[in-house]
Amino acid sequence: MSLTYEDVVAKYEPVLGLEVHVELNTESKMFCGCATVFGAEPNTQTCPVCLALPGALPVVNEKAIESTIKIGLALNCSIAPFSRFARKNYFYPDMPKNFQISQYDEPICVDGYVDVEIETDEGPKKFRIEVERVHMEEDTGKSLHVGGATGRIHGADYSLLDYNRAGIPLVEIVTKIVPGTGKYAPEVAKAYVAELRDILRSLGVSDVKMEQGSLRCDANVSLRLIGAEKLGTRSETKNVNSLRSVERAVRGEMIRHAELLNAGGRVVQETRHFQEDTGLTRSGRSKEQAEDYRYFPEPDLVPVEPDAAWIEKLRAGLPERPSIRRKRLQEAWAVPEKEMAAMINADVLDIVEKTVLLGADPTKARSWWLGEISRIANDKDVAIADLAITPQDVAEIVALVNSGDLTDKLARQVVEGVIAGEGKPSEVIAKRGIKVVNDDGALMAAIEKVCTEQADTAEKVRAGHIPAAGALIGAVMKETKGQADAARVRELLLGHLGQPTS
Amino acid sequence: MIRNTAAQMAAKLASGETTSVALTQAHLDRINSVEDKVHAFLFVDEKGALEQAASVDAKRAKGEKLSPLAGVPLALKDVLAQKDKPTTCGSKILEGWLPPYDSTVVASLKKNDIVILGKTNMDEFAMGSSTENSAYGPTHNPWDLSRIPGGSGGGSSAALASFEAPLAIGTDTGGSIRQPAAVTGTVGVKPTYGGVSRYGLVAFSSSLDQAGPCARTVLDTALLHEAIAGYDPKDATSINAPVPQVVQAAKDGNVKGMKIGVVKELNGDGYQPGVRARFDEALELLAKAGAEIVEVSAPNFEYALAAYYLIAPSEASSNLARFDAMRYGLRVGDVDGASAEAVMNLTREVGFGKEVKRRIILGTYALSSGYYDAYYGSAQKVRTLITQDFTKAFTQADVLVSPTCPTTAFKIGEKANDPLAMYLNDIATIPVNMAGIGGMSLPAGLADEDGLPVGFQIMSPVMKDERMYSVGAALEAALLSKWGAPLLNRAPTLEASK
Ligand SMILES: [Zn+2]
Repeated sequence: MSLTYEDVVAKYEPVLGLEVHVELNTESKMFCGCATVFGAEPNTQTCPVCLALPGALPVVNEKAIESTIKIGLALNCSIAPFSRFARKNYFYPDMPKNFQISQYDEPICVDGYVDVEIETDEGPKKFRIEVERVHMEEDTGKSLHVGGATGRIHGADYSLLDYNRAGIPLVEIVTKIVPGTGKYAPEVAKAYVAELRDILRSLGVSDVKMEQGSLRCDANVSLRLIGAEKLGTRSETKNVNSLRSVERAVRGEMIRHAELLNAGGRVVQETRHFQEDTGLTRSGRSKEQAEDYRYFPEPDLVPVEPDAAWIEKLRAGLPERPSIRRKRLQEAWAVPEKEMAAMINADVLDIVEKTVLLGADPTKARSWWLGEISRIANDKDVAIADLAITPQDVAEIVALVNSGDLTDKLARQVVEGVIAGEGKPSEVIAKRGIKVVNDDGALMAAIEKVCTEQADTAEKVRAGHIPAAGALIGAVMKETKGQADAARVRELLLGHLGQPTS
Repeated sequence: MIRNTAAQMAAKLASGETTSVALTQAHLDRINSVEDKVHAFLFVDEKGALEQAASVDAKRAKGEKLSPLAGVPLALKDVLAQKDKPTTCGSKILEGWLPPYDSTVVASLKKNDIVILGKTNMDEFAMGSSTENSAYGPTHNPWDLSRIPGGSGGGSSAALASFEAPLAIGTDTGGSIRQPAAVTGTVGVKPTYGGVSRYGLVAFSSSLDQAGPCARTVLDTALLHEAIAGYDPKDATSINAPVPQVVQAAKDGNVKGMKIGVVKELNGDGYQPGVRARFDEALELLAKAGAEIVEVSAPNFEYALAAYYLIAPSEASSNLARFDAMRYGLRVGDVDGASAEAVMNLTREVGFGKEVKRRIILGTYALSSGYYDAYYGSAQKVRTLITQDFTKAFTQADVLVSPTCPTTAFKIGEKANDPLAMYLNDIATIPVNMAGIGGMSLPAGLADEDGLPVGFQIMSPVMKDERMYSVGAALEAALLSKWGAPLLNRAPTLEASK
């Protein structure tokens, strides 16, 4: 009964469909002026409009439209010269109006695509994911169901409602069906969501934090026998809240479908919920008694008719596509794939690039941001961007190390000082009295002192046992309070003891 | 003093002949003495009104520059949110709800120092033509207490006709300002859609609803119109353009050289003889005043009523979904173990009246998948055709005219069980809402057969509201010189009958 993944892909072809919801990071909500700060005290970011008080009316947030158009353009979509909002009617306590303002048959962006590249048995391979539409809508509030075993509304003792999220702008990105990915379907799905996330981040339109729900993916999966035309019945898996989960959910659903089909059963068209702990999905609402949402054009809003010149201006301002930029930087900096991935994961690519553009060596820039500075950010539990150190500071520090004015060790102290708010690197150096001892006279004095104190060791070096010099160099460094350039100390020391210095 | 026009009251306030407190008190006294017969109000805000009046008097005493209607009292239809005052929309489902905010109309009234006496009765959620659908009992027509005052804004029109208030605010989705004005011998204007903000107007049908001014004269109506009109960024359908100069038009009352188009389809069969007689007389007077009377045709008006009863209920079914007991208003069945769904169902079952439920069901059906194109979709096409009829007619005439209603006020209870007969009462007013243009009703006299008021309707193109005021003022002046005194002087005094 239990099938391996290889069994599944030997017999069936998976067909994907992905719906991604993105919370925009606009300062105010989609249809009112309420703030959108994540994690605020429940029901403190509400007003008559987003609480659906009688008489209140929505007004579109222009910034949200701008962000959506940017997304559409970045996904190679056409921007509709005329689009409308529509009401999606259904009753649920966390939806104040009991309808959601969304877009139905007249979305703002249509017909785009995203290319992703994944590693296959035959090497890297490109897959094109076609985007059917990108549309705007508003988020619902949040229900907290208290009591009962499942945490769901049925069986709960009571429910608490928080409308802070109600009305936050959401953009839904819907793909066309994606056939032809074969056994790579789970990786392609993951790569698509990752690519989307990178694009959205580069546009600066969303926080794209899957764990906070600002990027949410629903994965539709169906199977058909290899070579068959007709699509199989699909399931729609919700709650897929990490990249890894996207891959697991698609793989899990493929296996579940195949087991059902092999046993002569049939797949039920339904919504399923992904369980992070088990990697399995659980049945939700069946779509066979599909709800009738009674869509109709939202009469409280006027159609969206973006000016062509505005669209062109937004197009001209689009950032370089992240995948292309990544390739370009990787080549220019000669960075191994793994290091590149590390920079992307740590979200330091922009900052490293800025530092390099200010003249720093790419390897040095990368190692500062990814190493020491990341570590400090981690310790303080803040984002790197929130630290009081700029690419300009790092570029300066790198330059000072290159010129021999700072040692690596001293440079770390300067970085610490800048982050601690002591000022620019030059100010930190001045305040802390940091300086490299490159006065050979002073160094020679220290060397002579150490060689006298540790005469035995000095004798070993003099006799040609070079490795013994390490202890002496260490002692000299200590003597000069770490402010000496270790390489210069080594040079002088070996010369002093009659050894070759190269 | 209460029989004065609002403009006269404003003049007396300005000259110091009276105070707003005295004027407001006089109206509160009048309300006290006739309200048991008329039942125009759902809430009389005695304290709030007197406080507001006192503050206007204080401002005047300090020599502050005040707006033209400052200190004059007004009756507010209970469909507009007023901060901390009951706002029920004539429904049980909103009983006890106190809005935490002011509608834009109320904010404008306050800014203009117009004193709000209280909230007037209406058909529940503005659905009806008689005010019989109010959950709080019907309002009576001051001309004949056994008759309806029109609807849905019957409370506002009855308050004007019984001299409980010189000004009132109504809302008009299919005729709810104009039909009550017609059957009570008062004036009511539905401005161009988007001319007055809908923010805070509890929605019945968003694409048709429009708040507007009601009064006893054309000039008073115009003064109130300018006080509440204008662009509002809180209403996306609000028109960002200067307010039409309706006060000037009402003062001039000049129709010389204007072309007045009589809509062929809004007359004839089904219109009461007394209504037709007064309408024809009015046309003669306008011709005498220098207007040219032409006939225009609007062939698609025939389908307006049917289309309206698909569009309005469809939007209503969605607009009224928010009344679910979760955040405000009535909550029924919230006993231990009851699900949210059960509470929603029970609350809506108990909280909504029959007509509201009828329209929610109608609208839900019309929007259902599989029926959408046949019903809602077709209705929208009809709407486009009606708009085109108007556009064409306005190339042949500056304004269009018709009787406001086919009949005079009917008896309370007469049509209560015949919704279709009730709906037909709005046949001449609905096309205006469908096209989003302006419409006015003013008194044309009394029908010979029943001695009840007849309304004359004037329709003007989008944002050309001043035209209907020009024609209305001209007609009003001609009729006044013919009658020798305002029509309402012929209405029962109500107090005498006590
Ligand atoms: Zn809000």
